[in-house]
Amino acid sequence: MKNALYAIFAIVFLASCSHPDKKILPIYGERQTVSKTVDGKTEVDTIYKTIPPFTFVNQYGKTITEKDLDGKIYVADFFFTSCPNICPIMQRNMLAVYNEFKADSGVKILSHTIDPRHDTVPVLKEYADKLGIGGNSWWLLLGPKEATYTLAEKHYLVAVNDKGEGGYVHQGWFVLIDKQKRIRGAYDGTDVNAVKQLIADMHTLEQE
Amino acid sequence: MKAKFLFIIALFITIAAIVSSCQSESDMTFNRYYTSGSLLYQTKCQNCHGMNGEGLGQLIPPFSDSVYLKKNITKLPCFIKNGANGAITLAGKTFNSKMPAQDNLSAIEVGEILTYVTNSFGNKLGLIDAPKVNADWTNCN
Repeated sequence: MKNALYAIFAIVFLASCSHPDKKILPIYGERQTVSKTVDGKTEVDTIYKTIPPFTFVNQYGKTITEKDLDGKIYVADFFFTSCPNICPIMQRNMLAVYNEFKADSGVKILSHTIDPRHDTVPVLKEYADKLGIGGNSWWLLLGPKEATYTLAEKHYLVAVNDKGEGGYVHQGWFVLIDKQKRIRGAYDGTDVNAVKQLIADMHTLEQE
Repeated sequence: MKAKFLFIIALFITIAAIVSSCQSESDMTFNRYYTSGSLLYQTKCQNCHGMNGEGLGQLIPPFSDSVYLKKNITKLPCFIKNGANGAITLAGKTFNSKMPAQDNLSAIEVGEILTYVTNSFGNKLGLIDAPKVNADWTNCN
């Protein structure tokens, strides 16, 4: 099921590359069509998968919900502060995204910790300070483990679990979400070139 | 007269060849360490310390501080073997995060990595070979 989704990601991604002139980012995730009757005519509407409401706490101890992202585009990823393997390179690449958009209030970055027992608010704040990020464009989010894991696997389609090196495993995807909370891209956060593409696509998506 | 002249030239070329091959012997050792080190760096170190040895904020130290590296050159093999813990100050910042031990590396591999690191990113501290790594390891805390 998951592999099939990635295959669809890959196909749609490749297909989207053939029209570089007027680029519209694809919309990912399962979709439903609904028929409804308007003025006696039957119209078919497509309902796209969206990220459901959530409540987390950021590195400043402030509650963040999906409402704080209304009308904004954002990038989400999953990490933990004591991560020994792919996190440093992901954070280095996310710093490039942060530096590109930190003055832009229409863009946010959401990094969810998958190790809420260790990564408390003070730990996240210290991590943010050491990473050199300030302000409110990049939030490190803490929440119940179940809520984070469900959001990752069911909605952002990123696999995470707690059985790996350093205690946890997570994939390095940076997931791009549009103003309607739909998934518009997934980029390998460990790959500099993929992240350059993400930054380019974010500029495209902002114009929608 | 002509024969003597040719002999002198031949002698000169021979000496020059010996001298230059002596140099290239140590150069070769250095280059072998450095090249292997650059490959090992990519697989063992680059993820955290970065492609250009730039580190990450105040979380992961960079390799740009030649003075620190030179001063602590005998401790570097221990950092790799046993990991590093506790505060260190370099490049104008204090770092307090834990570095995981890389205890699956041989002395020659550690020498290769250190030769690469201490001769890249603006550093030029020469060869660190396997015997030196082994000697430094006996003095680890």
